[in-house]
Formats: sequence, C-alpha cells, structure tokens
Amino acid sequence: MNKTVNQKAWLFVLPVLVLVAFNAIIPLMTVVNYSVQETFGNNVFSWAGIIWFEEVLTSQRFHASLGRQLFFTFTILAIEVPLGVIIALAMPRKGIWVSVCLVLMAMPLLIPWNVVGAIWNIFALPQIGMLGNLLNGMGIDYNFTRQPGDAWATLIAMDVWHWTSLVVLLAYAGLVSIPEAYYQAAKIDGASSWAIFRYIQLPKMKRVLTIAILLRFMDSFNIYTEPFVLTGGGPGNSTTLLSIDLVKVALGQFDLGPAAAMSLVYFLVILLLSWVFYTLMMRDEEQ
Amino acid sequence: MGLSWMAWTWPTALFFIFIAAAISTMAVWEYYKPGGDPRRGVFALDTTRGDRLFITLLGSAFIFLAWLGLVGSSLWWPMIIAFIWGGFVFRYV
Repeated sequence: MNKTVNQKAWLFVLPVLVLVAFNAIIPLMTVVNYSVQETFGNNVFSWAGIIWFEEVLTSQRFHASLGRQLFFTFTILAIEVPLGVIIALAMPRKGIWVSVCLVLMAMPLLIPWNVVGAIWNIFALPQIGMLGNLLNGMGIDYNFTRQPGDAWATLIAMDVWHWTSLVVLLAYAGLVSIPEAYYQAAKIDGASSWAIFRYIQLPKMKRVLTIAILLRFMDSFNIYTEPFVLTGGGPGNSTTLLSIDLVKVALGQFDLGPAAAMSLVYFLVILLLSWVFYTLMMRDEEQ
Repeated sequence: MGLSWMAWTWPTALFFIFIAAAISTMAVWEYYKPGGDPRRGVFALDTTRGDRLFITLLGSAFIFLAWLGLVGSSLWWPMIIAFIWGGFVFRYV
C-alpha cells in the first residue's frame, strides 16, 4: 500500500515557528549583535569586537555572581527534589483527601513571584515579621537584612516553599500512573517498602522527575523577581545572583554591550548544564 | 519599521548565516540519507547527526569562551581547536 505524504501538516507548525522567532530567536540575535558593539543610546552603535566577552570572563564580579547562582540552584535542587518525592509518596491515592492535597499543593504555584517575595520579606522581618520575631524571641540572632547567612537561609526557604509543589505534583502524576498489578506482584514477592520504591516507583517516576529537575534547574538559574523583592541582592552583594547582576549592568549602568556578552555566557551555561542533565538522565533510562 | 534597532553588523550576520547554513545542510543530508545516522560513540552517548552538530556548536562556544577567559584575545587558535573538535565529534562521538 502506498503511504500518503501530506505536507500540509507543516502549516500547523508555522504559527509556533513565528511565535518562537519573535519571542526567542530575534531577541537572541539582537543580543548577539549588542555583545560586539558599544552604544551610548539613540540607536547609535560602534564596533567593539570581543572586548565585552573578555571583560565579563575575567571579571571577579561575574565569577562571584555565577558561583552564587550555581550554589543557589544546586542547593534548592538538592532539597526540593527529594522533599517533593517524599511528599508525593505520602499523599493519598484515593478518596476525598486527594483533591484537598492537590489543591493545597497547587496553591503556592498560583501566587505571583513578586507577591511571594513580598510575603516572605514581611514574614521574615526581624522585628515585625512572624518568622523573624519568633526566631529572635527564641534567642536566635536572626536578621536577613544584615546577615548574609540569614539572607541565604530565607532565600532558600522561600524557594523551597514556592516550588517544591511543582516537584510534588509531577512526582505524584508519575506515581498514580503505576498500575496496581506492580504493587500486587511486589506484595506476593514480599518486597520491602524500600524495594518497592527503588525498583517500581522510582523507575516509573524517572521521566517526570527528569522534567521536574530540568524545569527547576532552568527556572532557578533564571530566578530574578523573588530574591530581588526579598533581599534586593543584599546584604552587600551576598545574594546578588546572576540575573540580578545582569539587570544591574543592563538597566542600572546601561552598559548594553557587557550586559549582552554576560547574557550570552549565562545562556550558554544554562544550555550546557540542561543538556548534561538531560543526557545523563536519559542515558540511564536507555541503559 | 527598519531593522536598525537590531544593530546588525556583517560579522554577526555571517555568524548567523553560518548557523543557518549548517542547519540547512543537515536537512539536505537527512533528505538524501534519512534516519539521522544514529550510533553510540566514544562517550557512550547515543547520537544522531543533529545531536553531533549541537555538541559541536556548544563545545565550540565553550572553547572560545575558555580561550578568552584563560589565555587571551587571539581567536585563531580556538578556531583551529573548534574545527578539530567538530571533526572529532562527527567522526567518533
């Protein structure tokens, strides 16, 4: 039988291509163009070559921001992924509590990012905030506006509170898709809870966890609004993540060339780490 | 509306033309030799031709960045290394 080839399907893809071109490819091309030029505004540019890349790559400030960004991202991944899986495992699979749990889990995700930052800012203020007041009342010297360690702890707690739900919901979706027959077979074999988790639940959750880790990695590496509203990058520069530093260079100092070069390096780091994550996780699955 | 806001230069235009040409070459290659030529290479990765192009381009970008950050501003050496890297990836990865 002859196979019919219908090329009209390409027309369905066209709107997406146009959308991606306008919101991703054209801005990216513009950033590449800015990264090799100098401008003082008024749409006038002069050729600068690779000096912005050299400046960014040898800058202590950029190295420090990148270090803080990597520390933040890997810390929240190390907390949110296991915690999300544990909560998903503890959630009921049947009955009225399923809906209650799902709604509760979805709630933090529905709050706008700047509101999350504002909520945690007020919540953690040392004198009037509930958390700050409580900790200081217990004799713990806590002040996230002055002490870098406290600022970091608050920042990580805020992100864990806001985004663990995403991992929970994805892991839960993976768990409920496991057929009952697997559990029955494990029960017949006398498998322990750990064995069920290790050899049934975890492998079945692998795909959704890959998506969860990639989403959380990319989101946390791009995070801006929440830390900006919470700490503004301070105290000093202690919580100035890469995105906050980038905005300072681009909009605060109006150094578009260095900001564009920094954006491209930032983009390439995200691309490389996402690819490494994806490749490693998919390779394990194929094996 | 013109494109002056995009601040085009010839070198950056040539860079994007090169990327577009590489992707187009892949499409033509796929048309004449379909299937993507999948294989498992020296890094124990399952790759197709498209994957190998991606690894080549990403690796080349980091070769240039590493050279600029660690060695200096001459771009001839990293370009030679990037071509060697590309040859290695398409042959062995």
